Amino acid sequence: MSTTDHSRPGSAGGADEPGQLHGGPDDDYGPEQLAAMDRTELDRLGARYDGVEVLHVEPVAPPGSPLDKRNTRQVTLWFALAALFAVAFVVVYAGSGWFLPSWAWSTGSSTWSALYTPLLGALFGLSMISIGIGLVLYVKKLLPHETAVQDKHDGSHFDRVTTGATLMGGLDSSGLPRRKLLAGTLGLLGLAFGAMLLSLLGGFIKNPNKGNPLGTTPWADGLRLLRDDGTPVRPGDQVAGSLATVFPAVPGGNKAYDGAVMLIRLRPEQLSELRIPAGREDFGYGDYVAYSKVCTHAGCPVSLYEQETSRILCPCHQSQFDVTDGAKPVFGPATRPLPQLPITVDDEGYFVARGDFPEPVGPSFWNMGRLG
Amino acid sequence: MATNTVPGPRVGQPTSLAGKAAFEVDDRLIVAGPLRRTLNKVFPDHWSFLLGEIALYSFIVLLLSGTWLTFFYDASMKEVIYDGTYAPLRGIEMSAAYESTLNISFDVRGGLLIRQMHHWAALLFVASIVVHLLRIFFTGAFRRPRETNWFIGVTLLVLAMLEGFAGYTLPDDLLSGGGLRIFSAVFLSIPVIGTWVYFTVFGGDFPGEVIIGRLYILHVLIIPAILLGLIALHLLILVKQKHTQFPGAGRTEHNVVGNRLFPTFAAKATGLLFIVVGLCAALGGLVQINPIWLLGPYNPAQVTAGSQPDWYIGFVDGGARIFPPWEIVLWGYHIPPVFWGALGLPGLMFGALALYPVLERVLTKDTASHHLLQRPRDVPVRTSLGAMAVTAYVVLWISGGNDLIADKFDLSLNAMIWFGRIGFLVLPPIAYWATYRICIGLERHDREVLEHGIETGVIRRLPSGEFIEVHQPLGPVDAHGHGQLAYGGASVPKKMNQVGGARRAIRGFFKPIEEPAEVQRQAEIEARGLESEQASRELSSSGRPSEGGRPSEGGRPQDPRD
Repeated sequence: MSTTDHSRPGSAGGADEPGQLHGGPDDDYGPEQLAAMDRTELDRLGARYDGVEVLHVEPVAPPGSPLDKRNTRQVTLWFALAALFAVAFVVVYAGSGWFLPSWAWSTGSSTWSALYTPLLGALFGLSMISIGIGLVLYVKKLLPHETAVQDKHDGSHFDRVTTGATLMGGLDSSGLPRRKLLAGTLGLLGLAFGAMLLSLLGGFIKNPNKGNPLGTTPWADGLRLLRDDGTPVRPGDQVAGSLATVFPAVPGGNKAYDGAVMLIRLRPEQLSELRIPAGREDFGYGDYVAYSKVCTHAGCPVSLYEQETSRILCPCHQSQFDVTDGAKPVFGPATRPLPQLPITVDDEGYFVARGDFPEPVGPSFWNMGRLG
Repeated sequence: MATNTVPGPRVGQPTSLAGKAAFEVDDRLIVAGPLRRTLNKVFPDHWSFLLGEIALYSFIVLLLSGTWLTFFYDASMKEVIYDGTYAPLRGIEMSAAYESTLNISFDVRGGLLIRQMHHWAALLFVASIVVHLLRIFFTGAFRRPRETNWFIGVTLLVLAMLEGFAGYTLPDDLLSGGGLRIFSAVFLSIPVIGTWVYFTVFGGDFPGEVIIGRLYILHVLIIPAILLGLIALHLLILVKQKHTQFPGAGRTEHNVVGNRLFPTFAAKATGLLFIVVGLCAALGGLVQINPIWLLGPYNPAQVTAGSQPDWYIGFVDGGARIFPPWEIVLWGYHIPPVFWGALGLPGLMFGALALYPVLERVLTKDTASHHLLQRPRDVPVRTSLGAMAVTAYVVLWISGGNDLIADKFDLSLNAMIWFGRIGFLVLPPIAYWATYRICIGLERHDREVLEHGIETGVIRRLPSGEFIEVHQPLGPVDAHGHGQLAYGGASVPKKMNQVGGARRAIRGFFKPIEEPAEVQRQAEIEARGLESEQASRELSSSGRPSEGGRPSEGGRPQDPRD
């Protein structure tokens, strides 16, 4: 950077001698003057050029005084502790499995592996915290307490006007305000360029309406109801009042989020107060009903079945559904009943579905009433 | 006279090795000036200015521990059969992401410590941002010219929450998978474009095979990069605008009183850095967090009762829990309640938060620049609005854990939900009213003390038989005995001890560590100082101090460059 060829107000611009150094008022203070000042004076002088005045310095305990010695001891002790903890950390970290018991965890293993992580954390933490305490004590006990004040400046009118002139001058030289066609083209270029970049996001977009994936599930007519381990279910397998989670008999059926179904065997009392929604008279089989396990609120599996009250509770947001009343929501934020799966029994006596759910399962979405 | 053009040994040339080296460096880089300006920068000396620093330091912990974790984590949803150290899960099908997280916890030396440290640091990061934000809000530090930094701060908070969510979803365990499922329902609930957003985010129907990988790149690259950039900008603006400060003797709108960066503030800040790192490490080692091996891999058909997100997502969950079952259905188009509860409510809250400085500026017509902070009591409306917002947030947050509260305190779960629904509407206005009354009461007390003096506790009986309490005026009084000090926005002493009415206690916990006589002597010196100062001292709320106190005196040739 050349410092000789720029002209500032008040300087002898272009003179063949070194200009003022970067930020330094070398014109005001020559080397001799500076050499004659002591370190504190220099410090204060520099601070003043930075708009800082040291108002008050509260000295620390005089060197060699009992208080000073005690303070120094205290700070030293904390740093020594920190070092000690750090060394202990390395010993525990590296020594485990070498001259200390193995750190590796296994069922019913030694106490050392259970202590390993807490010990590492405690030592690492104590080491760091000791350094921190040592530093804070250093400031409080060994550093002079200095109160300084620094000027705060509002924006400079001079800067605004001159910067504005430079900017507007550049714009003027470019002639853009005058060359309307060029400016307009540049605007269009900006739009086109932005569109080009944005269009790359198209790679992320997937059409949710292709093949109606949101309105259908793997369930289909004749598919068996399988437990998580893949075994089919017979009507006699469950006791009255119980609930089993079943999945469609397709590959990966027990991983499909929308395939999980609760197969519930109702108790006689529940049967007596059972209200079957119109059009679903044949959806159940005997004292069995099957409902989607996916909550219609936010999609969690509704899992907590309280058979005394016939309620199914979703543990995520506490929506409650009444099994004896078409799994309608009776409390909480859910708005739609759990969809019911039509079931029957096949020739071999195992439960099968009679088709897919009549409505979308899971949380509501915008166009769910207008699918297909 | 020697000038620096004269060859040969020059006056003031460094003689020590370090000095020579520094000279060589500055000869090339010309850094002495900017460095001196940086070292001389004055920082206010108040504990509440350290809250943002805690956020910064926990972010450093996050960057370092997070980088360490990336070397062992595998962001893949590929199904594998676990065959690792943790026997209870052997033979179970799980994603590679979950398996690698198990490996970090059990098979990598010190892996569990770093994982838990990372998680604790994330909780601390968001928590310290929130507390920092509350301090800024209640003291009016967001006012002109600092609206930009407020806006950046709110953006940082939202990003930190998203970053945290993405992070705790990466292990792909049962708990986080459930959270992701709820997240997917929130995407799905967006009117018109919901299903498109949902399919775009998950690359198809939930859960798909790409989401963990996508969250990973968001978590380790995109969001941290934005966070880093915004934090840098946040600090740059802070340095440029300089700190605010609480009003007090000698503090004005045009200065900052405190410690210089070097050495006092730097040492303090470094001390705090080490304490924050140490705290995260100690928590990471000693306090178990997110024990994913107890939760099992994600399975869409399973869920655990009492599932809780990390604390900062709790209020979103609470909103989803207490929002009434109101689904808007028009011509077959649905807007489900989860949209309002989990997206609308937080959107409204953060929107109001981000725009608050503008709203206040417009409503109060206060467009001036402010560098002196306000005491919350002096701005009762803002303070009460803040209390109202905090109350609403806390109701949502409690509702996010209402099942656990119902369980532990043996309450009805439905009653907890009704508490949330009614409390969200009723409690905030009550909080507003109560806070407003408290602010006014505190303000009146300040005025009373300034006017009548501090209650001394000395009861005197007048010849007429009347009992009066003797008050100690804080400054000069008029003919009627009323104080003439104006309120300056600073703390008003309310006890005799605070104005030197009693000797301070001798320091020492088990035994005195100072000489009582020395303390007595210091107190006397201080008292003399107070007397001599009393005549000239005046608390003022605004305006520049007397010109004599300004460091600009002394013919500085140019303004300092920041």
